[in-house]
Formats: sequence, C-alpha cells, structure tokens
Amino acid sequence: MIAILDYGVGNLFSLRSSLEYIGQQVIITADKDEIRRADKLILPGVGAFADAAKKLRDSGLDEVLREEVARGKELMGICLGMQMLFEKSYEFGEHDGLGLLKGAVVPMQGVIPAELKIPHIGWNELHFDKTHPLFRYLKEGDCVYFVHSYFAMDCADSVIATAEYGKELTAAVAKGNVMGCQFHPEKSGEVGLNILRAFCEGASV
Amino acid sequence: MITKRIIPCLDVKDGRVVKGVNFAGLADVSSPVELAAYYSQNGADELVFYDITASAEGRGLFTDILRQVASTIFIPLTVGGGINTLDDFDRVLKCGADKVSVNSGAIRNPELVRAAAQKYGSQCVVLSADIKRVDGEFRVFAKGGREDTGMEAIGWIKRCVEMGAGEVVVNSIDTDGVKRGFDIEMLRAVCDAVNVPVIASGGAGCMGDFVDLFRAIPDIDAGLAASVFHFGEIAIPDLKQELKNHNIIVRV
Repeated sequence: MIAILDYGVGNLFSLRSSLEYIGQQVIITADKDEIRRADKLILPGVGAFADAAKKLRDSGLDEVLREEVARGKELMGICLGMQMLFEKSYEFGEHDGLGLLKGAVVPMQGVIPAELKIPHIGWNELHFDKTHPLFRYLKEGDCVYFVHSYFAMDCADSVIATAEYGKELTAAVAKGNVMGCQFHPEKSGEVGLNILRAFCEGASV
Repeated sequence: MITKRIIPCLDVKDGRVVKGVNFAGLADVSSPVELAAYYSQNGADELVFYDITASAEGRGLFTDILRQVASTIFIPLTVGGGINTLDDFDRVLKCGADKVSVNSGAIRNPELVRAAAQKYGSQCVVLSADIKRVDGEFRVFAKGGREDTGMEAIGWIKRCVEMGAGEVVVNSIDTDGVKRGFDIEMLRAVCDAVNVPVIASGGAGCMGDFVDLFRAIPDIDAGLAASVFHFGEIAIPDLKQELKNHNIIVRV
C-alpha cells in the first residue's frame, strides 16, 4: 500500500491514477495510523512553499513523516514535495522545510541566464546516476516533465539527477530511504511510470 | 535543454472526437480515449482537448471522457472550451486536466485570468487567442474566430500575462486551415512581447512548416496542430526525427 499524504495542497488525481495504473494499491490520506501502516509514502505538492509547509505542520503530518522515515520507510517527495525535504526555502522569504536532506531551495531568477523563461516548463533530458535503483528502468536520453520556478541547491550529497536549463538544475535527490523528484513522474509518460515502478519495488540505497 | 513540444489538438463534441481521423489500427477513431492513447504512445508531448459541446449533458460527457483519459495517459493535458468561471476550472482540474485554456471567457471577463492564476497558479492558466489582421493591426477575435472584438492582440496578450496567464496559444485565423505554414510574423510579435511559453497554432501543412517555425523563432516553445495529425498527413515520430535532423531539440 502506497500512501499519498493529503495535507490540502494540489490535485492528486494524476498521481493516484499513475500509481494505480502500474498496479499499486493507493490511499490518499491524512490519517496518521494509515500512514504508519502504509508500505511507502509519497509527499506531493504544488503551489507556494510557505503555505504548504505550514499546512503540513498544522496537520501534524510532518512529525509522522519524520518518525516513519527514521524507522526506515521509503519516502518520495514530488515537485514542491521534494523541495520540502530540504532544510530551507527562500521562496518569498525564508522558510523551514522538513530538514530530511541537506540543502536549500532558491529562485531560478538571477541564477539562470535572463533570456530563459521562468518557470522551467516542459520536457527536459534527465542526466542521471545510472547506478541508482530509482533509475533502473531508464535509458540515456530519457526526458521528464518539469514545472517549477525554484530549485534545490547545496545538496551535492543527495543529487542523483540534474537537467540542463542554463545550468544543471537539481532534478532528483536520494539519501537512504528519502527520495525526491523535482519533475512530475506522473506526467512524464512511460519514463515517469518507470521511475514510480522502481520506487514502489524499493529503491533505498 | 528544454525540448520543443509537439501538441495534437482534439475537438470533442458530445463525448466524441469531431473531424474524422484516419489511423490504421485504431478500432474507434472517434474515441477520445483511444486517440489520446495513440498519440501518447506516438510521441505527442502534450494533448489539448477542446470541448465544443453546447449542452449541459455534453459537458458531463466531456468530463467523464477527461477522467478516463487522465486515468490512462500520463502526459500533460490541457483542456479548453466553455471555460467561463472558476467553477469551470475546478470541474476540469478535478478530472485530471493539468492546464486550462481560456479564450472567450477571458474576453468577457479578464479578471477570470487573475482569479484563476491566484487560485491554481499561473502554470495552470493558458490564454488562447484567435488573431486576425484587420486594418494593418493584429486583432483579437472571439466566439471561435467569428467575432471581431476590436481589441489589439499584442496588448491583450501582454495584459493577460501580467494578470497571470502562464502560457499563450496563438492561433492565427489568417493561416488556419491554409496549410502553408505557421504565421511567423504574428508569432514573432507575440514572442517579443511576453516572457512565458508561446504555442504556435494555425497553418501547419507539412513537416517543413514545423522546421521553419522553430528555426525562424528560436523562442517559440511548441507547435500545435489538429487535422495534419488526425489525417495521418504527419506522423509525430517522423516529425520529431525531421526536427532532430535540423538540430532542433525534441523528445524522441
């Protein structure tokens, strides 16, 4: 059973459908016991960092998440859900994240060349660590679908994939049982489904 | 680098794709679900569905179809047609749409763009504009290109982007259906005016038209077409290969 954490942000229809499509049992829940019973956890998220981080704290799910991760349960953060794994975000101010991974989330503006459009939106080639089990079904040149204006940096110890957009932007991270994708695997066609498959089968290192 | 997107557009009426399609191996060529699956497996980077139904009953059918498509096809889906209120945004987003395209609804009530961007984020809000040259200027047309609004198009697009539209589809009425290529002059004017993704629509007749588009305007993000894809005149995998041969970055 895969639990998608429901803390009131974003549209979970596609994420749920994609996991069901690859044969997983899925529950969208904010119930702590259900989260504790689940085999794996997914932290989704779209929208603003501060608002999402507050909702996660107010729901008390941040504590459950930390406990379950400490027990060794595999967690994947997606898009803003990945960004929240880090210590801090500088999206409209300075905000604390979950601190499960070292690093911070910063705006692309001023970091990438000015002629590039923000958000970074569309299909981009993934430059990935071929030895990481999350990518066991991928091949060189595979593309995934991104939509974001902020990116994670100072996270050299967890980066397992990047995508080039004026500079190499963090595209996926993993450390032990904590994983994250900046892109949307649920919108990245067969490549995305293959990443979700690998996660569901177990991709801790 | 980000790839140039190729986007087939499907018009849906009463739950069926209108404009006949001609594909070998497709049992039901007017089934949006089958056609969407076909495109998704054959290189489409994104799909656009336009609901051209007028009745409330047809609208319900459309959302049922959308839900089915979004349960089986995992690429970005944009939905347009009959989007006039935030409730309309809500209705299609809940059924699995990723982006919602507004056209006449924004012309009637421009604040819809601002309200939707605030509620769902700019990445969700696509401005679709039907544009035609009138008296030496680009003019916005409403109601499927039938009604001249009198508004100058570049100013209109800039205004909508300032209000939060995250992407713009430019459909040139002048080149639409003519199949002699995209409206490079019009598209360039839009690309020069805004800094959000611009999608070209109207005029594609052959693969070379897409090559010309992306070469003439390096800033353009995507090419959209309907009949040339539906009738099999252009197969998307061939088109992608052709673009690649011309050093245009695409997802293959």
